[in-house]
Amino acid sequence: MNSNISLAFQACRREKRPALITYTVAGDNTKNNSLKILNKISKYADILELGFPHNTPIADGGQIQGSSHRALKKGIKLKDVFQIVKKFKKKNPAKPLILMGYYNVIYQSGENNFLKDCSLSGVDGLIIVDLPYPENHEFAKKCKKKSINFIQLLSPTTSKERMKKIIRDSHDMIYYISMLSTTGGKLKISPKEILKNYNKIKRINPKKNLVIGFGITDKTISALKSANGLVVGSLLCKTIANSLKMGQNPVTKLDKVVYNLKKKIL
Amino acid sequence: MSLKIRRNIPLIDQHDKNFMYGGKFGGNFIPETLKKPLDDLTKLFAKLRKDKKFLKERDLYFKDYVGSPTPFIKLENLTDYLGGAQVYAKVVSEANGGAHKIYGATVHCLIAKKAGKKYIIGDTGAGYAGKMLSMAAKKFGLKCKIFMGAKDIKRQRPNVEAIKKNGAEIVPVTTGSQTLVDAVSECMRYWVSNCDTTHMCVGSTVGPNIFIKICAWSTAQISRELIVQVKEEFGKIPNKLKLINCVGGGSSAAGFWNEFINTSAEFIGVEAGGPKNSKLHAAPLTFGSKIGILHGAAQYVIQDKEGQIGSTESISAGLDYPGISPLHCFLKDSKRASYTSASDEEALEAYKLVSRLENISPSLEPSHAFAEAIKLAPKLKPFEVIIVNSCGDSLKDKDIIKQKLGSYVR
Repeated sequence: MNSNISLAFQACRREKRPALITYTVAGDNTKNNSLKILNKISKYADILELGFPHNTPIADGGQIQGSSHRALKKGIKLKDVFQIVKKFKKKNPAKPLILMGYYNVIYQSGENNFLKDCSLSGVDGLIIVDLPYPENHEFAKKCKKKSINFIQLLSPTTSKERMKKIIRDSHDMIYYISMLSTTGGKLKISPKEILKNYNKIKRINPKKNLVIGFGITDKTISALKSANGLVVGSLLCKTIANSLKMGQNPVTKLDKVVYNLKKKIL
Repeated sequence: MSLKIRRNIPLIDQHDKNFMYGGKFGGNFIPETLKKPLDDLTKLFAKLRKDKKFLKERDLYFKDYVGSPTPFIKLENLTDYLGGAQVYAKVVSEANGGAHKIYGATVHCLIAKKAGKKYIIGDTGAGYAGKMLSMAAKKFGLKCKIFMGAKDIKRQRPNVEAIKKNGAEIVPVTTGSQTLVDAVSECMRYWVSNCDTTHMCVGSTVGPNIFIKICAWSTAQISRELIVQVKEEFGKIPNKLKLINCVGGGSSAAGFWNEFINTSAEFIGVEAGGPKNSKLHAAPLTFGSKIGILHGAAQYVIQDKEGQIGSTESISAGLDYPGISPLHCFLKDSKRASYTSASDEEALEAYKLVSRLENISPSLEPSHAFAEAIKLAPKLKPFEVIIVNSCGDSLKDKDIIKQKLGSYVR
């Protein structure tokens, strides 16, 4: 049976456009608001990534650190994250939702326990930033057994040999990190250059859904639209931070920003 | 079940193919982007440590630049005062720059040169790792950036000034607790973005496996010297010998103990217990913290049930770290070393006593180790020997000491 994730990519392919993938942090700026945000932006986004916050994130830039910090300060717990997912999926059962975070949170919860909660709440996929291949091999297998997509990451430093192995071990979606950067960095190389690398990876296995993330904003997204999917995260976290600063409602602000992003890739 | 240390294999090489010590500590829990730079560094280091020319170069720098061997002295007055075991100190603070961090800094700069990197970055807590890296970087002609928590910048002024004088840039880290843990995170993030041009030095035996290895391999110089000095002093390794060392990340202790692994010497690590009346501390081994992942490695770490890294508190910036080297987790669970803690107050008292009685004045980090020696010595017999690694000098702590005790005497 096709997963929600591969169905989403198939639908986008039919419309000849990339999948729009958003990233927001569970509990930013409150549990309720982060659920409302998911409900709103799911009108435009094809796949939703939801961060479960960690307080020592080694691969995230300032904006996502800020989001995680706001969420943790409000006391978000893992069980709240699953509640948010559950409520969202009840309303939007076909919309793919991917949890993203750091391994220690899973480790403390226990891998099996964590995956059970994923299944019960309807999580479609997982991105674990600090569990690279081949260390993730066993965990990825466990995910597959539970019909949860384990999403492998590739970066500009990944060798071709390594890419081949990772792609062979991948499920329905692979995430290509556009440049050497933490999340939210300014694009250091041109979209053209990114796409050149992207196409090289695509050639290894053209059937795999390969998405690009890191440094993508409303300014750069349209130049990358030949990819299978594009992830926007820090821009959204920044939008929340700014709207809070200005005393505006982050939910309506985010709704607008994601709507605009979608327009740019149609 | 207790873990086993395999004989005839260096401590740093006791890991399995997944780079885990005892199957549960260490590893490489890192973002994909760092896989290749870490692999490259691992291969380079494996080659260099077998390369006779490189070893010669290292030894030459250790001798002429770091100053080897550092003194090994009997603390006659302290021994008389405590009335029990004979108390000695390995005065590592006599090394160039004033602490053991010079070993790792020198080796990392040598490696950076071999790797053809022009930039070097490092984290620092007490400021020693930063000071030494900036010093060595200057000597080797590398551009240097030091990541330091804003709170530590305030409390370790003398070292901050030294870093600046050496021409390095200090990057203040204002996230989280603004101490060492955040400095290490920020330094790693910077490396994720700049690993193509920049070499990273981790200041202690923490982080992804290769950094643990390079650091402990470098500080091992301490025990290479010491084992010779001990044999000279006693004719052999005394049957009842205790080697006491403070542990934060654990770099000086790993180096202090390394050559004694297969002897009968007893290892005691002293963690930072924090203020006497505070629930906060920096002693994950003493207070039974659970295994978690911090900065790319599995280790005992202060954290909550959800895996969020916990707050710490210690008067000593160098020990103020929620985790502890996987090497020490392994030594603890294999029962080769034992670990305890000293409170802020005990460390201050120890600093005061040692500085008053002897010609050395330990910084607040080794003062934790002296506190344990002061507790233990009176209970032991005169033929028993305690050696404390005095791995830093109190000068850098003069502001804190003045504030706590009213005056600073060195």
